[in-house]
Amino acid sequence: MKYLIIGNSAAAIGAAEAIRKNDKGNPVIIISDEPHRVYSRPLISYLLAGLVTEDRMYYRDENFYKDNNIETIFDKRVTGVDVKKRQALLEDKKRIDYDRLLIATGGTPFVPPIKGKERKNVYTFTKWKDAENIIKLTTTPPFTKEGRGGIKKAVVIGAGMIGIKAVEGLHAVGVDVTVVELASEVLSRALDKDASRIVQRRMEDAGIEVITSNEVIEITGRGDLASGVVLRDKKKIKCDLVIIAIGVIPNTGFLKESGIKINRGIVVDEKMETNIKGVYAAGDVAEALNIITGEKMPIPIWPLAQRQGAIAGDNMSGGDSVYKGGFPMNSIEFPGVPTISMGITDPRGEGYESFIKNDSANGNYKRIILKDNKIVGAILVGDDIDRAGILTGLIKEQTPVTAFKDKLLDRNFGFVHLPKDLRKEKLEKMV
Amino acid sequence: MFFTMLYKTPTYYEFKVDRDDARCIRCQVCVRQCSYGSTFYDAEEDRIYNIDANCVGCHRCDTFCPTDCITIRRVGENFKENANWNAWAIRNLNKQANTGGILLTGMGSDRPHRIYWDNIVVDASQVTNPSIDPLREPMELKTYLGRKPDSIEIEEREGKVSLKTRLAPQLELNVPIMFSAMSYGAINYNVCEALAMAAENMGTYCNTGEGGLHKNLYKYGKNTIVQVASGRFGVHLDYLGVSAAVEIKIGQGAKPGIGGHLPGEKVTEEVSKTRMIPAGSDALSPAPHHDIYSIEDLRQLIYALKEATNYEKPVSVKIAAVHNAAAIASGIVRAGADIVAIDGIRGSTGAAPLMIRDNVGIPAELALAQVDERLRNEGIRNWASVVIAGGIRNASDIVKAIALGADAVYIATPALVSIGCTVCQKCYLGKCAWGIATNDPYLARRQNPEIAAERMSNLLTAWSREIKEMLGGMGLNAIESLRGNRERLRGVGLSDRELKILGLKHAGEGM
Amino acid sequence: MKIVYPKEEVCMACRLCEVACITEHSRSKDTIKAYKKEKPAPLSRTLVEEIFPGLSVSVNCRHCSDAPCIEACITGAMHRKPDGRVVVNEYKCVGCWMCVMACPFGAIKRNQYKIEGQGARGKGQGLKIKLSSKCDLCPDRSIPACVEACPNRVMAYEERN
Repeated sequence: MKYLIIGNSAAAIGAAEAIRKNDKGNPVIIISDEPHRVYSRPLISYLLAGLVTEDRMYYRDENFYKDNNIETIFDKRVTGVDVKKRQALLEDKKRIDYDRLLIATGGTPFVPPIKGKERKNVYTFTKWKDAENIIKLTTTPPFTKEGRGGIKKAVVIGAGMIGIKAVEGLHAVGVDVTVVELASEVLSRALDKDASRIVQRRMEDAGIEVITSNEVIEITGRGDLASGVVLRDKKKIKCDLVIIAIGVIPNTGFLKESGIKINRGIVVDEKMETNIKGVYAAGDVAEALNIITGEKMPIPIWPLAQRQGAIAGDNMSGGDSVYKGGFPMNSIEFPGVPTISMGITDPRGEGYESFIKNDSANGNYKRIILKDNKIVGAILVGDDIDRAGILTGLIKEQTPVTAFKDKLLDRNFGFVHLPKDLRKEKLEKMV
Repeated sequence: MFFTMLYKTPTYYEFKVDRDDARCIRCQVCVRQCSYGSTFYDAEEDRIYNIDANCVGCHRCDTFCPTDCITIRRVGENFKENANWNAWAIRNLNKQANTGGILLTGMGSDRPHRIYWDNIVVDASQVTNPSIDPLREPMELKTYLGRKPDSIEIEEREGKVSLKTRLAPQLELNVPIMFSAMSYGAINYNVCEALAMAAENMGTYCNTGEGGLHKNLYKYGKNTIVQVASGRFGVHLDYLGVSAAVEIKIGQGAKPGIGGHLPGEKVTEEVSKTRMIPAGSDALSPAPHHDIYSIEDLRQLIYALKEATNYEKPVSVKIAAVHNAAAIASGIVRAGADIVAIDGIRGSTGAAPLMIRDNVGIPAELALAQVDERLRNEGIRNWASVVIAGGIRNASDIVKAIALGADAVYIATPALVSIGCTVCQKCYLGKCAWGIATNDPYLARRQNPEIAAERMSNLLTAWSREIKEMLGGMGLNAIESLRGNRERLRGVGLSDRELKILGLKHAGEGM
Repeated sequence: MKIVYPKEEVCMACRLCEVACITEHSRSKDTIKAYKKEKPAPLSRTLVEEIFPGLSVSVNCRHCSDAPCIEACITGAMHRKPDGRVVVNEYKCVGCWMCVMACPFGAIKRNQYKIEGQGARGKGQGLKIKLSSKCDLCPDRSIPACVEACPNRVMAYEERN
């Protein structure tokens, strides 16, 4: 039995660890197109901001692969998978055999066909390399009192999670940032309008220019160097750096001819197995169940990637685990406004019930969205996020909240508000 | 919050709560523990303050303070010195001037009645009669309560000897100590359960008082004496059926001559079910049993209860120690009681009028000596066991009580003190911060029955060890041998008359 | 594994478990100093939830066998010790609050404080430290501090199935 894992992030590591729980001996190979041992991609904004040092980027310690007897092939791109011969093809034409394959290649930044996107100083922002490049620019002399590098002005295209992260990182090192968002609000997919406005106002208070309902149609420049952008309304913004952070799409390009079924992402069953026996997919690349909507879709978030990976790994190595599904959730703090959102945050259609506590003057907002007396979504902005996880639990377990729904918005909402039996079940039994 | 105080009629408060600000961490544990509204946190000042007038001196707050920053001082003794009009008198008078009400109180009398136990000393063996080491030799504390036969007949068949006399039902006690009557309502369910658990654990009995028995506690029935009092609260066939014995409560040492009173606020849903009265209504027991106006009437009730329980359970009659206790006890025994319980003037209560508690009745020691003597003189001492209650504080009190003629003792205050009670005497308010004399669920949960039962059991275990030590010292190896053995006691500093009543020689007089 | 289970029936909301937890997780292990002196102020990792009056329960980490916080942690700071305890590596934690979002018991606290030091933006900023704090079952003690401090034996430190 030979296990091959393409990818080296949350899902890949989750899988490798799960495999090693069941199977200590057989070879496990991890292939990554990056030169690094496993690190945390979400931390690249922290790296950019100078909040973490490089040694804190790593998700597992130095000896992880050795301790787990995992073979690694780094800095090599997989160009295809031959499911008949059970081989993965590398860019250097090498072929790697496998008996069980996990595709955990994550997402790849979506770059729309903007004129001038190939100019230098235009980056995406998902990998260590991206952060590294940008850090180089921001730290290139001359140093100034305000900032620490040559880059003074950046335009970030997209105000979703990644865009905001990029803004956060750049802002922290003193770069003047303008963010341009097509939707009418920042974080429009994670928050509702009211919550978005709180975040947006805080961003603006911090000196970030936020342009919404607009888009960059051209990246202009001198030579091959970007020096500005042109917006749809012809407005021009000068800048030394452009970051395209519109979103990520499943990284499935190399599988085109493999016969592995791909919809929006790689189609998997509840065991994370694809249509090809022995081939599994997990993480941002896979299209798994959203338990709230009942649809299958890629939900590119870390916790689900980890879990899907672990489930795939277990099933690959003889286990019998089922992925019960997940739902989107995110935690982001910018700037100083902690924000957690989960599930359906901007309900459209019939049958939803919302409980809202809007204290936007103080930057606090809480909204809980129910359907059929079950929580399907929540937005928490501001100081009252500490017990957000309880809501996550209630969503996950689809707990009917009829008996205590009037308490959901309470700052002190907790187990004491649950029916006694449920509370005792949760707190007095082993989990 | 302070302002309201300025306009209050003087109450001359009893306590002052001092707080060492250098140690106070504002954790507010004290604030949450105080159930009398004496302690509060001022968020604006970030400081904890006290309204001293509300402090009852129960020491809940300083016991729980994790940094020992609280000291409770007694105040109000700084009135002009006056043996007659002391702080106690002035304070009480002011309370009545404020309210026009009867002065209420809880627990046993705090007045300096003579405690005869403290004027009695115990004998020990020297040279001529060896003492016994209870750690090396068996020592029997087993006690049976109930009528003993005048004589016994023995049957011998094929070399085997058996008892022909049919014995009256007995209560078997591993220790000569029982928990006295405390009603569900006066104390809460958790404490009731703890008492029952401890009784079961120690092989003795608890007593329901007149509060009935909660259905969940039926499982402790074989260690429970159920009371039938003048209000008949919670009395029904099942109640009698699950019990180990039935006790007719005629009177109580803390309030002889009046009936029990449980204020409506303490009659919660569960209490109401158990007592079989509407929730929230005052449970007022009549002063007398309205079907008992003579010994003959009492005999009717005794036999009605025996009939109802198939003559399988002893019936006890409890009276307050009053002037004529001996004659009354004789009547009770002749009426058919298997046990006579006598509750002295220092007996405790959940609520009683202060004047009655402190001034009505006689000390248990004197009543006990007289009852025992009377029953002996009449040749009916074996017809019933005598249990003494009201003011037992320690093992030596018990040794003395048994030597004076008691078969066993009832204790209540020691049991409550063992679980935290500091005898602040505010039981009647129903706000007991120690979670004992309260049915407020917020406060009642302060008593974890498991812990409380353990502590009460520990108390009885400790006392029985001490009793054994004292018995051994007297050269006795069974509590049986001490019973009524007044020769092993001597009075100290008592008048001839007191000695005569107690049936004791003075210390210094030999055998 | 052994964890701390509360028994709400006898919880009296005194919150001494919190005081004990704060003391145990202070540098001085002295209650008065922990509260009055230490900066950053140590946090309690158990939380007494209360509906006044009459219902309270002390909630802390269940050290779930299938811990959502570990799954959600983007840095690998949240991890399981060989003895089963789920703990935070404070050096790795960046305070992204993913675990706070994921914990179905709401048992992870946000620990935020400023320290003297230089942020990335230059002098005089003071560095804002953000850390997740949670129950670690008091590794330096045989019985967790909250369990020992509870005057009413509410907290049971035991193994259940």
